[in-house]
Amino acid sequence: MDPIFLVEAAINGILLGGVLALLALGLNLIFGVLDIVWIAYVDLVMLCMYAVYFFNVAFGWPIWAAGLVSLAAGALLGVGVHLLIISPILTGAPINQLLATGGLLFFLQSAATFLWTTDHKTVRLSLPSYEIAGIFLPATRIIPFAISILAVIALYFFLTRTYIGTAIRAVSQDRDAMSLMGASPQRIYIVTSAVGGLMAGLAGALLIFQYSVHPFFGGQFGPLTFMICVLGGLGNMVGAFIASFIMSEIIAIGGVVISTEMGYVIAFVIFIVMMFVRPGGILAKRE
Amino acid sequence: MSRGRLLGGALLLIFAAAPFVPMGGVQQYVLHVAIQIFIWSFIGQAWSLMGRFGLVSLGHGAFLGVGAYTTTLLWNFYSLTPWIGALLAVAASVALAVVLGIPCFRFRVIGHYFALVTLAVGEVIRLLIIAERDWTGGSLGASLKTAGTASGLWTLQFADKRVFYYASLGLFLAGLWVWDRVDRSMARSALEAIGEDETAAASVGIRVTRFKLGITMVSAALTALGGVLYAQYISYVNPDTLSGIGVSLKIVFAVVLGGMYSLMGPLVGTALTTALAEGLRIAFGLKFLGMADTIYGLLLIIFIIFLPSGIYGSIREALRRRTAGVRS
Repeated sequence: MDPIFLVEAAINGILLGGVLALLALGLNLIFGVLDIVWIAYVDLVMLCMYAVYFFNVAFGWPIWAAGLVSLAAGALLGVGVHLLIISPILTGAPINQLLATGGLLFFLQSAATFLWTTDHKTVRLSLPSYEIAGIFLPATRIIPFAISILAVIALYFFLTRTYIGTAIRAVSQDRDAMSLMGASPQRIYIVTSAVGGLMAGLAGALLIFQYSVHPFFGGQFGPLTFMICVLGGLGNMVGAFIASFIMSEIIAIGGVVISTEMGYVIAFVIFIVMMFVRPGGILAKRE
Repeated sequence: MSRGRLLGGALLLIFAAAPFVPMGGVQQYVLHVAIQIFIWSFIGQAWSLMGRFGLVSLGHGAFLGVGAYTTTLLWNFYSLTPWIGALLAVAASVALAVVLGIPCFRFRVIGHYFALVTLAVGEVIRLLIIAERDWTGGSLGASLKTAGTASGLWTLQFADKRVFYYASLGLFLAGLWVWDRVDRSMARSALEAIGEDETAAASVGIRVTRFKLGITMVSAALTALGGVLYAQYISYVNPDTLSGIGVSLKIVFAVVLGGMYSLMGPLVGTALTTALAEGLRIAFGLKFLGMADTIYGLLLIIFIIFLPSGIYGSIREALRRRTAGVRS
């Protein structure tokens, strides 16, 4: 095989990894603070992609304005999911929370099928494609990558440099100690869910550059996102960031060398094996 | 208890006699729905054997897919009778359970992590079926080769739906028996202790890995059998309807809706979801695609929030509380 294909696959992997990192960090933030895996997280992204599609294509808004709508929709959805579904069962059995968001996944998928049919919907953008040393780099991939890296940096500063960000990190370290200090975890939960939803909204606005949206979009990226979070260490933001690129490289290169499905199979098998070898994630110290 | 037995016996009589009730044209349809309910309840029971002890698997589609594809492909390529095929299917499924289970339980992969690992396994099986499209038919699925004149007991293909009705009813009752056996056994107490706290359970001498592996193997074997019967009945296999995250979640949700801690929970849950889907399909036709599942998803969320032990489980609890109130 021409090595240029491998180089191209590796670059595509990095570009995909940027957007996956956004998804994984949003989900991981919620997990770190609330100790809940939102199984329906990527389905919220799917709703945000529909928001971009409708505002851009049907209402004729410019793409950046539709993207802002998607951000707002994501944040609102995040808060909504927390208040309506998670909040009532926060103290219940952990598995019920997992299953409740699983029910949400079902609801969102079928509601989207019901409302908008199973047609694939695309936002048509005419953006240039650059050729460097025989490798094609479409702007539809470079722009989302650049924006998601900026967003990841912004999230980093939000968590480390702001008061509320520090509070969020404190809750994720020790929930009970935070309430003993007189802080209300409920407010932190809502802010976390909103930020997590915001990340979903941004990811939706960026994913629609490259992918068409349909009701089962969540199934395409959902399992992968959970795998990345666990691989990086649930709640570990740096680990999730690195894991996104590992997984996207395996998928991109495996997809070129063998086949798309086998790329995913290899990624999932590596995930399963890693769970046995390093259950705390790639950055965890071995006990 | 005797009243319960009486009710059970009456229900069984009704089920046994159902195919001979003259229903005219709708009979085939009623039988079809009933077969589906029995098979999926059986699979739900198999899942709940693990689920009730906190071993929440989101990858039972893997066992289902292995079961259904093993018999179907062996029949299609080697004309191997599904009787032997089913044995091999169960063996393959149990082998998968062991390969997955030993490291999972040795390394203490529990809770969220167990759910996510099993979810990955379900996806791996689905993707492998799609990737090996030369002989599995890929994402288009594969049809069971018809036996033609040879259809009958040897090939497990029957033109008459009643045969499948009794087969699925029999399997369902066998599933109830297994569930009841587990419920009455020592293993149940051991597994409940493990579900509460593994370290504590191990400290009183319970062999944690052995018990967990055992129940996983039983669950995998039964799930594979359900897959075999389903494939024989529908005579078509598809990676999306038999493995992967979609079907795995469907199994889990039907059981959760009915109640995973009770004997009849899976049946109640499956019957309800099937009736809902069929009812809405008849009422609205294909015009409102997705409507049934929308209501289903909404019900699930509401149930998990307000009735965590499911419909049947909650009714039973309420009844028990009332009788206890009368007695005291």
